[in-house]
Amino acid sequence: MDKSLRGKGAIIGIGELRPMRRRPDRTGIGLAAEVAIEAIADAGLLKEDVDGLITELALGEPAALAEYLGIRPRWAHGVNMFGATAAIMVPLATMAVSTGMANNVVCVINTPAGDVLPGMGAPNTYQANYEFPYGPGVAQNSNYAMIAQRHMFEFGTTQEQLAKIAVDQRFNAQANPLAAFYGTPLTVDDVMNSRMVSDPLKLLECVMPTTGAAAMVITSADRAKAGPHPPVYLLGAGVSIEHGIPPAHAIKMVDTPVKFSARQAFQNAQLSPRDMDMLSLYDCYTITVAVSLEDAGFCKKGEVGDFASSMDFTYKGNLPLNTHGGQLSFGQSGLAGGFSHVIESARQMMGRAGDRQVEKLDFCFVNG
Amino acid sequence: MPEYTLPLPQPTILHQPMWDAFKQHRLVVQRCRACDMMFIFAREHCPRCWASDLEWYEVSGRGRLYTYTTVRQPMHPAFNELVPYVYAIVQLDEGPRLPSNLVNVPIEDVQVDMPLRVVWDDVTSEFTLPKFEPDPDGLPRRMPHQTGATRVHASGVPAYTPAPA
Ligand SMILES: [Zn+2]
Repeated sequence: MDKSLRGKGAIIGIGELRPMRRRPDRTGIGLAAEVAIEAIADAGLLKEDVDGLITELALGEPAALAEYLGIRPRWAHGVNMFGATAAIMVPLATMAVSTGMANNVVCVINTPAGDVLPGMGAPNTYQANYEFPYGPGVAQNSNYAMIAQRHMFEFGTTQEQLAKIAVDQRFNAQANPLAAFYGTPLTVDDVMNSRMVSDPLKLLECVMPTTGAAAMVITSADRAKAGPHPPVYLLGAGVSIEHGIPPAHAIKMVDTPVKFSARQAFQNAQLSPRDMDMLSLYDCYTITVAVSLEDAGFCKKGEVGDFASSMDFTYKGNLPLNTHGGQLSFGQSGLAGGFSHVIESARQMMGRAGDRQVEKLDFCFVNG
Repeated sequence: MPEYTLPLPQPTILHQPMWDAFKQHRLVVQRCRACDMMFIFAREHCPRCWASDLEWYEVSGRGRLYTYTTVRQPMHPAFNELVPYVYAIVQLDEGPRLPSNLVNVPIEDVQVDMPLRVVWDDVTSEFTLPKFEPDPDGLPRRMPHQTGATRVHASGVPAYTPAPA
């Protein structure tokens, strides 16, 4: 028996809201329901067809959303894997539909509707005893700034090279009317002249928190072709955890677990980085994209600076990357921020990306 | 002594011995008596061999600046009046890394891999924070990307040795 997930499930419908700073007129669960309904309709399915549900764990636990939508899933799951939550939902739902636990799984992530400015949550015991007494920066600014600082030290990476990633992604966002920064182009000088938020990270290298929601429907391979859109098959997936959120304990702070998860995904898919026609890489900061490019094998460790300078990451370019603008230009709606990469990949693979459609597109790599 | 308004540690039973040692100006890390692994992130079990025979082990207080950032927008508003300041990860000569602050050095002189030594900040009668300052006796810093010697740990000591596969 073939135990791999290769080709056993497909994304057949998507739903996504335009990220906004706040939605005082709405509720978080209402945003979740809106995108779920949109994705189910997009898949050409009816309410009765949905028998599986995966939601993000903390805000939209599955029971609450099932009750709200009036559906009775026979398989459901709550997930929180931080930025990787949405990407992990793809193999998780595929496992369910390929084993008969469910036929059609809807996956949903939302944010609260109100203010989403980064605040200070109650520290966990690690933060309380090792980080907070020394005054880290807001959100994850310090952690990623320190990764960038170390990368610059070890490899000579420059701020301009990292800024180029934000600039190419912003170019892409100019062809995405849903992007928060649609209508606002960007140059490397703009990034370099933006306020320093946590050396060496500039403001325009950091995500803007927004409200939003996204959803997708995943079905089994035997049902996938019945939908209105070309199915987007999962060919391979990998998950890796190397250490907790505090990066101080990473073996090398410039390395990420992507080196393990990507290797497994490529092995499952029987493909290599060279086969990929476009990339959707999690981008809370520019340095996140940079180290993911290295660890997924698109360039050698330490060489991403020159690689970023020499490649064209726009949707017209030689390596289209974050064609929706990435979270940096699309907006980061909590854990739905990482969903934007999955949704854009599906949209592109279905050939529905409009002005920013990548022309030659057979295989796409997504990282959360 | 003026009232200290910044966030104080919140020790659990696991962290209390560490803060007690810091109060006596002894820099300690957890050490596994079974396999010699040393680590900062307090546990009941060694992450390498899973033994629970752990001790708090006093280290030299010397290390190097593994990486840092200059904080301009703190997580906790009580730090607002102190910005900009350096938030750092220090790699101790014994291996483990810990977050801290750099003191007694102008921000423009801070450089990755500079040698450091611990200094003690008695912030309240309960708590003393280990902070770090330049160590005039430390080995000069190295610049891996200029010498081609990439992927070298600053101190040459692996910070964390994972279990053999
Ligand atoms: Zn041990």
